[in-house]
Amino acid sequence: MRNLVGLILFGILAIIQSTIVSRMPLLNGTADLILLFIIAWALQDRVDTVWQWCLIGGVFASLYSALPLGVYLGAYFICAGIARLLKRRIWKAPFLAMLATTFICTLVVLLISLAARLLTGVNIPIISSLNLIILPSLLLNLILAFPIFSIMHDMAGWLYPEELKV
Amino acid sequence: MKTNSPRSMQLFVFILLALGITGLALGGYLTPLSRVFLNPLVSAQSWLAKRYQAVQSLITQPEDITSLRQRNSELEAENSSLQVQIVALQNQVTESELLATLVDYERKHVENQYTAASVIARDTSPFMHYVIIDRGSDDGLRKGMPVITQQGLVGSIAAVTAGAARVQLINDPGSSVNVILQKSGEEAVLNGQITGEITLDMISQNASVQPGDLVMTSGLGGKYPANLLVGQVLTVRNEASALFQTASVQPAVDFSQLDIVLIITNFQPVDISPLIPSPGTP
Repeated sequence: MRNLVGLILFGILAIIQSTIVSRMPLLNGTADLILLFIIAWALQDRVDTVWQWCLIGGVFASLYSALPLGVYLGAYFICAGIARLLKRRIWKAPFLAMLATTFICTLVVLLISLAARLLTGVNIPIISSLNLIILPSLLLNLILAFPIFSIMHDMAGWLYPEELKV
Repeated sequence: MKTNSPRSMQLFVFILLALGITGLALGGYLTPLSRVFLNPLVSAQSWLAKRYQAVQSLITQPEDITSLRQRNSELEAENSSLQVQIVALQNQVTESELLATLVDYERKHVENQYTAASVIARDTSPFMHYVIIDRGSDDGLRKGMPVITQQGLVGSIAAVTAGAARVQLINDPGSSVNVILQKSGEEAVLNGQITGEITLDMISQNASVQPGDLVMTSGLGGKYPANLLVGQVLTVRNEASALFQTASVQPAVDFSQLDIVLIITNFQPVDISPLIPSPGTP
């Protein structure tokens, strides 16, 4: 049931990402909705489907991108791992954890994508990439981090209701 | 520990399953299944893309109306009937008009066969300049086919599924097109940039290149047919110490406003990569 919800959610997210979000760039950078939903999910308490959702998100992102298949999958798995690690370290301030995770994970995903392109023989200037893609994308992701965290917090409460102790 | 063991077992089985499915998919065994899965996705994508374009045109409408009213007032004195016609025309910048232009283009270039397709998605990575169109191998599309609009060259098909195809735009950093400058007849290579701009490289130092020169495909390399308009030279950079001149090009196509494209289906791209000697070959 929970994985089915993830499948539907990331299907919709991938469509929105490729149809709307990718047409609304800041300079040349765009927000990464799938990444934000994965890390927001990984930062929730009681959630035990992080890796499955990560796999689903990675497959959907790869489906819509010309980057090699493993790039998004690998990057999202690393990000989910970072989010789980940071959750343990900054567990008292979840919003701060979300901000920190968004910052680190956006850099991870974009740098892995950049490395993948460089490895496939495409000549991309690093400084231009930093100024025109990485930093604007980072800003957009940080802006969207709070609302997405709230959405996923509510979703976690719905899918994993808290047990009442009598 | 006891509670964790079944969970890690479950995760292990899950990863095994995922690897198995990936293996089957890479081997092509899941093609019928992926077709069943991808077709509804493509339909949903088309539906959302059309709604989004409608909303976008609704948002930009007020600007059109303002400019139209301004223009109307100027034309009123001249011809009132013409004014009405202009209002009607300007207000109907719709898909059907675009299609009519494309049909017109088709009629003018009868040597080619075309298939029209809608752009339904863009690549999710900001490092990639690719779009996804709603026609695939079921419609006769093949990898390498050139994609154009009535304005000029858009790119070429990089991957095809049954109902959709991925197009690499000419402004992708991985794209290079052999071109010719119409005025001087000088040959050059057009490369995409990460910023979405396109530049001309490998222009001979002796060549005379002026801003405004038209850039057309040369047909060399067999990737694109000859004489497709690519753009216009904007600025020329000529350094005395450099081996070649470079120039920035204003593309004929507005890549941010791609809605409908034409695919040239009777052009067979030639793969010349086996003929290019590798560094180790004698």
